Amino acid sequence: MSQSSSQPNRLAQGGRVDRTRKLTFTFNGKRYTGHPGDTLASALLANGVDVVNRSFKYSRPRGIVAAGAEEPNAVVQLGSSEAAQVPNVRATQQALYDGLEARSTNGWPNVQRDLMGSVGKLGGSFMPPGFYYKTFMAPASMWMTYEKYIRKSAGLGRSPVESDPDIYDHMNQHCDVLVIGAGPAGLSAALAAAYSGARVILCDEQEAMGGSLLDSRETLDGDTATRWVDAAIDELASLDNVTLLARTTANGYHDHNFVTLHERRTEHLADVAPRVDGRRQSRSRLHRVRAAQVVLATGAHERPLVYGNNDVPGNLLAGAVSTYIRRYGVAPGQKLVLSTSNDHGYRAALDWQEAGREVVAIADARDNPDGELVEQARAAGIRIITGSAVIEAKGDKRVSGARVAQIDIDGFRVAGKAEELACDTIASSGGYSPVIHLSSHTGTRPVWRDDILGFVPGDVTGMTPAGGAHGVYALDAVLEDGVAAGNRAAEAGGFPAASVNLPRASAHRESPAVALYQVPHEKPTLRAPKQFVDLQNDVTAAGIDVATREGFESIEHVKRYTAMGFGTDQGKLGNINGMAIAARCLGQTIPETGTTVFRPNYTPVTFGAIVGRHCRELFDPERYTALHEWHVEHGAEFEDVGQWKRPWYFPRTVNGKKESMHEAVARECLAVRQGVGILDASTLGKIDIQGPDAREFLGRVYTNKWAKLAPGRVRYGLMCKDDGMLMDDGTTSCLGDNHFLMTTTTGGAAGVLEWLEIWHQTEWPELEVYFNSVTDHWATMTVTGPEARKLLAEITDIDLDKEAFKFMDWKEGNVAGVPARVFRISFTGELAYEINVQANYAMHVWKTLFAHGEKYDLTPYGTETMHVLRAEKGLIIVGQDTDGSVTPEDLNMYWAIGYDKPFPWIGKRALSRPDTRRVDRKQLVGLRPHDPKVVLEEGAQIVFDPEQSIPMTMVGHVTSSYYSPILDSGFALAVVKGGHHRMGETVYLPMVDGKVHAAEIVSTVFYDPKGERQHV
Amino acid sequence: MSDVRMFDSRPATAVDAESPLAVSNLAERARRSAADPGVTLRERAFLGHLILRGGAIVLDEAVREVLGVSLPARPGALVHDADGERSIQWLSPDEWLVIVPEGEAYSLEKRLRDALGDAHFAIVDVSGGQTLVELSGPRAREVLMKSTPYDVHPRHFPAGKGVTTIFGKATAILRRPDEDRWELVLRRSFADYCYRWLVDAGEEYGLAVEASGR
Amino acid sequence: MFHIYCPYCEEHREEEEFHAKGQAHIARPADPDACSDAEWGDYLFFRDNPRGIHHELWVHAVGCRKFFNITRHTVTYAILETYKMGEQPTITAESLARGEKAGNVQAASGGQQTVGASDAAVASVKGAQA
Repeated sequence: MSQSSSQPNRLAQGGRVDRTRKLTFTFNGKRYTGHPGDTLASALLANGVDVVNRSFKYSRPRGIVAAGAEEPNAVVQLGSSEAAQVPNVRATQQALYDGLEARSTNGWPNVQRDLMGSVGKLGGSFMPPGFYYKTFMAPASMWMTYEKYIRKSAGLGRSPVESDPDIYDHMNQHCDVLVIGAGPAGLSAALAAAYSGARVILCDEQEAMGGSLLDSRETLDGDTATRWVDAAIDELASLDNVTLLARTTANGYHDHNFVTLHERRTEHLADVAPRVDGRRQSRSRLHRVRAAQVVLATGAHERPLVYGNNDVPGNLLAGAVSTYIRRYGVAPGQKLVLSTSNDHGYRAALDWQEAGREVVAIADARDNPDGELVEQARAAGIRIITGSAVIEAKGDKRVSGARVAQIDIDGFRVAGKAEELACDTIASSGGYSPVIHLSSHTGTRPVWRDDILGFVPGDVTGMTPAGGAHGVYALDAVLEDGVAAGNRAAEAGGFPAASVNLPRASAHRESPAVALYQVPHEKPTLRAPKQFVDLQNDVTAAGIDVATREGFESIEHVKRYTAMGFGTDQGKLGNINGMAIAARCLGQTIPETGTTVFRPNYTPVTFGAIVGRHCRELFDPERYTALHEWHVEHGAEFEDVGQWKRPWYFPRTVNGKKESMHEAVARECLAVRQGVGILDASTLGKIDIQGPDAREFLGRVYTNKWAKLAPGRVRYGLMCKDDGMLMDDGTTSCLGDNHFLMTTTTGGAAGVLEWLEIWHQTEWPELEVYFNSVTDHWATMTVTGPEARKLLAEITDIDLDKEAFKFMDWKEGNVAGVPARVFRISFTGELAYEINVQANYAMHVWKTLFAHGEKYDLTPYGTETMHVLRAEKGLIIVGQDTDGSVTPEDLNMYWAIGYDKPFPWIGKRALSRPDTRRVDRKQLVGLRPHDPKVVLEEGAQIVFDPEQSIPMTMVGHVTSSYYSPILDSGFALAVVKGGHHRMGETVYLPMVDGKVHAAEIVSTVFYDPKGERQHV
Repeated sequence: MSDVRMFDSRPATAVDAESPLAVSNLAERARRSAADPGVTLRERAFLGHLILRGGAIVLDEAVREVLGVSLPARPGALVHDADGERSIQWLSPDEWLVIVPEGEAYSLEKRLRDALGDAHFAIVDVSGGQTLVELSGPRAREVLMKSTPYDVHPRHFPAGKGVTTIFGKATAILRRPDEDRWELVLRRSFADYCYRWLVDAGEEYGLAVEASGR
Repeated sequence: MFHIYCPYCEEHREEEEFHAKGQAHIARPADPDACSDAEWGDYLFFRDNPRGIHHELWVHAVGCRKFFNITRHTVTYAILETYKMGEQPTITAESLARGEKAGNVQAASGGQQTVGASDAAVASVKGAQA
């Protein structure tokens, strides 16, 4: 690595950098030094680094143009390790820290010598205007061809391939007034709102608050403007109703004044967030702000002029030149030519000369400029060429000269002979564009103002623009506009307007600006040297001209044809110029042409910040039952059921070898069929229903009858939507005449409760009934198998005699000394007891069952075994065997449909619609594969005729399929067209590998068809 | 309403009980507590939790008779009895949460039912289904700002308020019994997630966990 | 991210706490069996999709669990009014078109939403009140 310790462009004094301390950094592997207070961009300029990137399309060398968020070229890859890589960082916004490592994102193999450069020099015939548009409109395969080549050469930065070592988080904020931008308007607005008593948040995207005042030539109260900035910030920081957020960009302005702020908390310190007292801190933080009122004090971006070769390094915005000199003590060159359409640009020339550098000339597009700054330049002896502009820059990797000529703006032509001035820097100013991006996020259309030659924000409820964003540029007026906006916002929230002692700013006499966007050249636009509009996406004036010639008249179409504004900078510099050029080509005004829509985010936000802490173990809630720890300790494999973690199966280790899932499930199944097993069924939804109309309500939402269910009894019910399709099922127990306990599927719990509420609240509010979730209150343990009674009898005082406690009864008593409700219901077809106890005591009961269960080889089983056992009995799982297009009739569950119930229950009417009456509806059946060793694939499609040519007529699909240990064969549930009337027929299942399985349509009940085992 | 089946879910003879946060390894977290914590967490396990449903006018009389406090009829209101041990919180126009010391839920339900007689109401014991976590310390509010979109600024969330809202990606009841403390009522199955979320959010401020048990 | 005034909780809450449940004021036919298939199909499947004022059913799912109605502008997303079940909107497409008095939108029985309402919509409401 070569060492460059001198900073050739660093001025001896001035700026807000600390020259007593040196920071070392590398750019493209080369080591440089800078100072605290520098940005990466200012340090690069101080070190005389001209080329920072290659352009996206033409691969032309590019240098730093701007000093803030609008920078299109200096987009770098940051990070000293693979894990810390950050793509697409604007060097103008990245504070310098010791050890910073950055490299260009574009330029393959490097920025100095670039293979793609030769393509660009050929005139860009490889990628003409409309390239992307035409490529996307072409057959998709063409894009696949281009993509690799374009991506490799364009290189828009790359993501790290290792895990991010940092954490990111979110903070929810609320305030009465959110002030975005802490320049003169934002500071005065914040002071006014704060004095009114409102809760205020003031955010600013830069390293330091103060905005334009940080590099202003103007004085406040006769002192440097930064004095007032410091005092204002101190004042705001002392107020407990104010939150100051520095290094915080307002990135998105969403519905109802919801604004997202991205706070970079440690990016100015290192590329990995340092720990504080050994504790992690988030690298960046997304503030989710709900603001009653927003003051938009985002300032204005200077517009560059569009002239030939305006992209050669050394072409800068006039304001950026001033910023680098005054704020960072860096003069980015020796000899300056300024091209301007307004007075403000003159500051760059004055600052340049005061820095001891040479101002070659000012090309002023106006014929008779006479503002105060103009007079100052004249008095300083600077040559001013009126009625002229730089029409073309000379140079390759650095500006070597400027061609200046008289221009006729109205006639869009060069009016005189061009003079070539030797220089290494060209500054241009075409006026200002208010930063309206955030207001545009809301969907409001910006409004063009001829007097300021720019768009200002359209109306947004609860938003007040102030200062530059409002098209107000004179400092005294900006400060007053800020106070007015702060007060307006505070008053909207009911706070009294406050007065702010504003500092005195000198008023300046200004000569009017002239509207100049694209500068004419001797040659017509299509043949002139490239005049860049959007530097990041290599969109030229000629490209826009071509777009309009090809008939793209809407600015949104021009944007998509040329890719103008599609870069990570969203065309912050180029869009207005582009619209102006399109307007001129179309022979209309800018407001007639309109503007494109800016969308969030204002500047790129790392995905980490968007995700926040919702990652890894906090990605999504994991819901645990009261027995979760036991399951973990006993080696359960878990299955995600919604957010629940349910034991899937419990593999045992036999002779040092862990069972496979198949082995474990087979063992668990047989244990239930032949001994006794136990399932944690706590995840089932449970709804307590009380009220005199509870029974009536059940009758309306279930398909079957509830009028006669006696206390102590349990019934299975089906719940449909009004379209007749099954939505949930479960048992409901009558606890008392006015008291029921409904169970739902695990996944359906919340939905069913909301379903009951919507009917109660919107259709039948007269019914006296209340629904409450008790899912989490109860733990449910299913003890099932031939030995279940014997085991349970050991630890309960409930009479388990088969006559005293019948199938579909429930009883109260004690189990293991804990009050319990025991339900004799079965999802396995075996003798089964569902023990419900208050969840705090569940672990005690569970462990007691195991203490007594050892002699019965009590076997814990999981959801997989549960699925096999229920399927052997033909018991459905809603959402697996049904999919929202299945009626109870399709399931052959006529026994659970109360056609003659008095109230027209939900779903009933739909069962007589023509579609639900079709005889060829897909109906649930059992499938027995001809080869018992075959386990059909769930989801496999079914055909009647295996010889039919493709595409075959598909008549249904497998919904559940397992190997049955007790039957020692595969078996399946399926839906088949007209299946209920096809018992005994053979259907076929063609598989992807060419095999065709044959299966017989059979009853859905494969085991114990008479249902004797659960009644023992 | 006589046709409702009451159920005393607590064993007559004490058995081992596990609160919803038994799985969360509180003892270990307590051991690693920060010396000068910005936020302190404490579970108050095994309290009695009852949901009260009914019309405000009907319930108010019974609540005053049994609990000695007026039913908070205003949305978001939370009131405590004289010794601060029993609270009642508005959850919806016809729903209140009553939290009482361990072991009192069943007898309270019985007394309320007796007082309410034949009116249309519902009382549901949810003591096993939720737990209460207390937050205190100078940075507790910031931990909450990381956790819930609800505005926890004292101007908007004074003592004596409680709401049901989003917590992380789960939900919780958030209450402010007094100036110095916040309470989270967490659903049992979400409790460990919420607790992990709190521990994570509190890390940067210095976190202390008080293992309290009962 | 809407900011929605819950007429039961009597304050604005974040959209995350709510579920949208589709078009409001869809009453289930009192006698479904008397409906023709076409009428029943209309009740089940057909909904309005207006550009402009739309009345929607929402539920404060993470909150009071109560259902209520929102009058929302489908272009600006402005929420002009929220009101409880059983109440009728004071602002409708027709009332705005007629420019007629929109009633007292600040009435305690309903919730007037101002945050997020577009200037134009608020102006038209305020204009209607004047």
